[in-house]
Amino acid sequence: MSAPPHLKIHVSDLHKSFGRKVVLDGLDLDVARSESVVVIGGSGSGKSVLLKCILGLIRPDSGSIQIDGRDVTDLRGSERDELMLKFGMLFQGSALFDSLTVWENVSFGLIQARGMDRDAARETAIAKLAQVGLAPDVGMLYPAELSGGMQKRVALARAIAADPEIIFFDEPTTGLDPIMGDVINDLIVKCVKELGATTLSITHDLASARKIAHRIAMLHEGKIIWSGPVASIDRSGNPYVDQFIHGRAEGPIQMQVSR
Amino acid sequence: MSSAAPIEPPVLVRVLAPVGRVFLGFLAVVGSISVFTFRALTHCVTPPFYWRLTLRQMMDIGYYSLPVVGMTAIFTGMVLALQSYSGFSRFSAEGAVATVVVLSMTRELGPVLAGLMVAGRVGASMAAEIGTMKVTEQIDALTTLSTNPFKYLVAPRLIAGFLMMPLLVLVADSIGVFGGFLIGVNKLNFNPANYLTRTFEFLELKDVVSGLVKAACFGFVISLMGCYHGYNSRGGAQGVGTATINAVVSALMLILIFNYVITELFFSQ
Ligand SMILES: Nc1ncnc2c1ncn2[C@@H]1O[C@H](COP(=O)(O)OP(=O)(O)OP(=O)(O)O)[C@@H](O)[C@H]1O
Ligand SMILES: [Mg+2]
Repeated sequence: MSAPPHLKIHVSDLHKSFGRKVVLDGLDLDVARSESVVVIGGSGSGKSVLLKCILGLIRPDSGSIQIDGRDVTDLRGSERDELMLKFGMLFQGSALFDSLTVWENVSFGLIQARGMDRDAARETAIAKLAQVGLAPDVGMLYPAELSGGMQKRVALARAIAADPEIIFFDEPTTGLDPIMGDVINDLIVKCVKELGATTLSITHDLASARKIAHRIAMLHEGKIIWSGPVASIDRSGNPYVDQFIHGRAEGPIQMQVSR
Repeated sequence: MSSAAPIEPPVLVRVLAPVGRVFLGFLAVVGSISVFTFRALTHCVTPPFYWRLTLRQMMDIGYYSLPVVGMTAIFTGMVLALQSYSGFSRFSAEGAVATVVVLSMTRELGPVLAGLMVAGRVGASMAAEIGTMKVTEQIDALTTLSTNPFKYLVAPRLIAGFLMMPLLVLVADSIGVFGGFLIGVNKLNFNPANYLTRTFEFLELKDVVSGLVKAACFGFVISLMGCYHGYNSRGGAQGVGTATINAVVSALMLILIFNYVITELFFSQ
């Protein structure tokens, strides 16, 4: 059963548990070509796990994942490496290589996987760093010498360095000041508009979500319980979504805390 | 009534169950190390190869281990000369000191002591480095950048360990023999020329080669344990710490086991 041709990413009936903890429980999600989808959901609801399943970093228990109409759920080895050329990923914790300098981090995919020569790769890296508001001399530093927000921006530059077709952003604006956060929002919008990239982002920042998303999907208890155009988020008619976007402690979503 | 106490298992089952669990756990570890080794070896022999990284690992394992291994070797050679002299003088066989030093160094002490020192130095640092990369998602990041972590991280270390340990042991052998020579000539009043002749008189190629085979095997095992435990570490700093301990301890055990096995293969008639 193949996905419709306009779909870039087609996830169906995805299940994933860690031990007895069910994280994804029959999740379905479609992302069209050049569409920007934002996934929202409570902390620990499995958003990062979802991205890692699509990337093949975590093997799902069952379900299928199709990229460009091709089933990639069980893809391994060099085929997987090849598929990854289409992807860029910003990790929630940045995941920069701490033994390499900043510019080597940013140009890693260009040099290692695409065989670009080092001088050209350095130029590209410095241009990408400029796009995320970092000066060229930052390129010579090591990740440990940067602030958390700077690390996040370097990781962002690394994710978009090779102009991938599909980019995943796991909380791109968390830890940034509001102004820099908006610069990053603009950058993500630009990736979609100018490069035609397909993006799947995770954020807790609704202002950011409204700006970058075409469509918002809400993940709760292992399923996408609501998804719709960004304009309709305020009148979704879904009590879970309402509670989430208004940030109310009372409502159908029960946080596991003792009061 | 469903709330009855669960049926007590017979005593024999209660005693044997933990034994079985430990045994199954052991088999699982052996299986997972075998799979890891097989994967790593296939990546060692299929392109792309990361020569620069392999070279850097060779520097790290070979060159930077020289001081530690050299120190170990020279004192071991010196002690060997002293001990065998005082022991052998009891039955007037002092003349055998040079032969004893060179045979012990090349066949046993060179490879084993160098292996133990390198396991502590290199095995620990590999496990800590790869383990940290694992728990901070750097290994996942490698994958998303179309770079196979086995090729990029594991293969260079395995190749470097396998190639550099024999060279290191060759140096250790020479330094150890030199240590024995120093003591023999300066303290035990051997004639230098005589001592050297005695050193090479009974030395066979097999003695040196068996030591080098051991060294290559130990180098591979040290890198393998460092990579395996690092790659499978989980949790945070504590997980990396555990991985480091396991890498060193398992490498030490395996060195001693393989040392026996290889000796058996070479020298038992
Ligand atoms: N490798 C793992 N092993 C065991 N459990 C895991 C693992 N990764 C994630 N989990 C569990 O899966 C659940 C979802 O984790 P995930 O990181 O996807 O949350 P999230 O939605 O991204 O949360 P946040 O918004 O806080 O980043 C958590 O309860 C977590 O404990
Ligand atoms: Mg997350």
